[in-house]
Amino acid sequence: MFAAPLPMHIPDGFLSVAVSIVFWVISVIVIGISLARVNRDLGERQVPVMGVLAAAIFAGQMLNFSVTGGTSGHLLGAALATILLGPWAAVLVMTCVVAIQALIFQDGGLLVLGANLFNMAILGPFVAYPVYKLIQRISGGKPWGVFVGGGVAAWASILVASLSCAFQIALSGTSPANVAIPAMAGIHALIGLGEALITVGALSLVYAARRDLLQTGSAQPVRNNTAVWVGGSLLTLALVILSPLASSNPDGLEWVAEQAGFLETARDPSYNIIPDYVLPGISNEATATILAGVVGAFIVLAAALALAYARRKRSA
Amino acid sequence: MHANFLDPFQSRPSLVHSLDARVKVVLVVAFILTSALTPTGAWPIYVMLIAVIFSAEIVSELGLAFYMKRALLAIPFVLAALPVLFTIPGPSLLSLPFGLQLTQPGLERFISVALKSWISIQAAVLLASTTPFPDILVALRALRLPRLLVAIIGLMWRYLFVMVDETLRLLRARSARSATAANPALRPGGKLTWRARVAGGMAGSLFLRSLERSDRIYNAMLARGYDGEIHSLPVPAVPPSAWAALTFGLLLLAFIIAIGRLIY
Repeated sequence: MFAAPLPMHIPDGFLSVAVSIVFWVISVIVIGISLARVNRDLGERQVPVMGVLAAAIFAGQMLNFSVTGGTSGHLLGAALATILLGPWAAVLVMTCVVAIQALIFQDGGLLVLGANLFNMAILGPFVAYPVYKLIQRISGGKPWGVFVGGGVAAWASILVASLSCAFQIALSGTSPANVAIPAMAGIHALIGLGEALITVGALSLVYAARRDLLQTGSAQPVRNNTAVWVGGSLLTLALVILSPLASSNPDGLEWVAEQAGFLETARDPSYNIIPDYVLPGISNEATATILAGVVGAFIVLAAALALAYARRKRSA
Repeated sequence: MHANFLDPFQSRPSLVHSLDARVKVVLVVAFILTSALTPTGAWPIYVMLIAVIFSAEIVSELGLAFYMKRALLAIPFVLAALPVLFTIPGPSLLSLPFGLQLTQPGLERFISVALKSWISIQAAVLLASTTPFPDILVALRALRLPRLLVAIIGLMWRYLFVMVDETLRLLRARSARSATAANPALRPGGKLTWRARVAGGMAGSLFLRSLERSDRIYNAMLARGYDGEIHSLPVPAVPPSAWAALTFGLLLLAFIIAIGRLIY
């Protein structure tokens, strides 16, 4: 597919309903705020500028460069959008990109879209912004601040988003925390390097061709971004501190087994897994499954007959 | 080459295609929710869900093979659920090296997650390939998404193909200017940092071009009387037959959820 299948778009089925709903609520609130903020800054220009840039970020995810052995680096674009447009506009642009990927290209599920939006459209810009601004301030306005800041912001936005993704999966009990978090973090620490390299390349072009966009920030007139500073820094710190805590422990698998068992029990006691559950239930269950199979086959057959009937009627 | 092939919509004269987009969006989301609510190991429920989605796919006249191919997209992510095979405690089915134990509940959980994602993605494919995008936009508006957001997504869709064409041109220009060597050890395109820089330059120029294009579009919109308000046709009422389909679909899904909750 054209949308790069990064291992960060969670498909449906991997998150529990509770986790999905919580992240839907958070995402809807933040996206609502960004809509209001961008509307205030850009006014009636908002629709064309945000729409075209979202299309550009979507298309830009096709840009790649070969790394080694058939693998390639891709652009996700959250950090680049944040640096050039400001955090709120970046949230909006990335929201459109992630929403279209889920709705049309099935890159990420629909029920879990709230969680995917949180990771890629909200966390991405919210992490990139404070990192970039901080490094730029340290550099005292020298050019290296833009490039180093942009590169580190791009890498951090990918890494922190992947941590959040791993947490959501672990919270849903789909994968144990001490496997999911290091695995996701490890893969995305590498993917993030590709993102950082492309972002720095893009920034150096913008620096050469349209320095005004980076210096005066004409594309991002907002100055008061305290919410992004505080929220982004807190989220980053929380995820970075919690990850080693959740994934490092002396007893390894045994500990996780306990945790997973605990999560299992806490999440839905109505289908608690008890070791001797299978033996008494097995005959009933097999019968029920066979029955469901027979009923299902009839439903599918009915659909096929209905289709044949409709076709014949149409051709008659 | 033009990028219209990106649009997954496939026109057919089927019942699924002609169903009101608002009803279709609600039913697809409700179906995915039902599959998410299905308990681990409730195999009869999964069979029923598969029967429902297969029937809808058959009625849509696109052919089951089409859906099976598109549904493969979620496969790579199943890797993320692999560890549960070994970490959920329970009776061991198989001992592997490194002290890993394949457990019965772990296997049930893994298969359930894989089935859920396979079932859900088919519903999403069904929606995208039987509904033209403007109808999905109308559905999003009817479901009370903010008008501004819907307008932005609509404009994004319109320029998506233009920007993808632009990107394809950039990629073609890069390969036209890159030599390839007969010796595979000589990688075309120089060092890694150089290749990354070129890709970055392409991303940067794509960004600048789109910024300039959005200016032109804004001016064109102004020239056609744009005043900051998005004027759109009023959403037509949902026809009675679509209401009936919605009620039937939701009742069926509620029934499936109820069975799942009662038995498991």
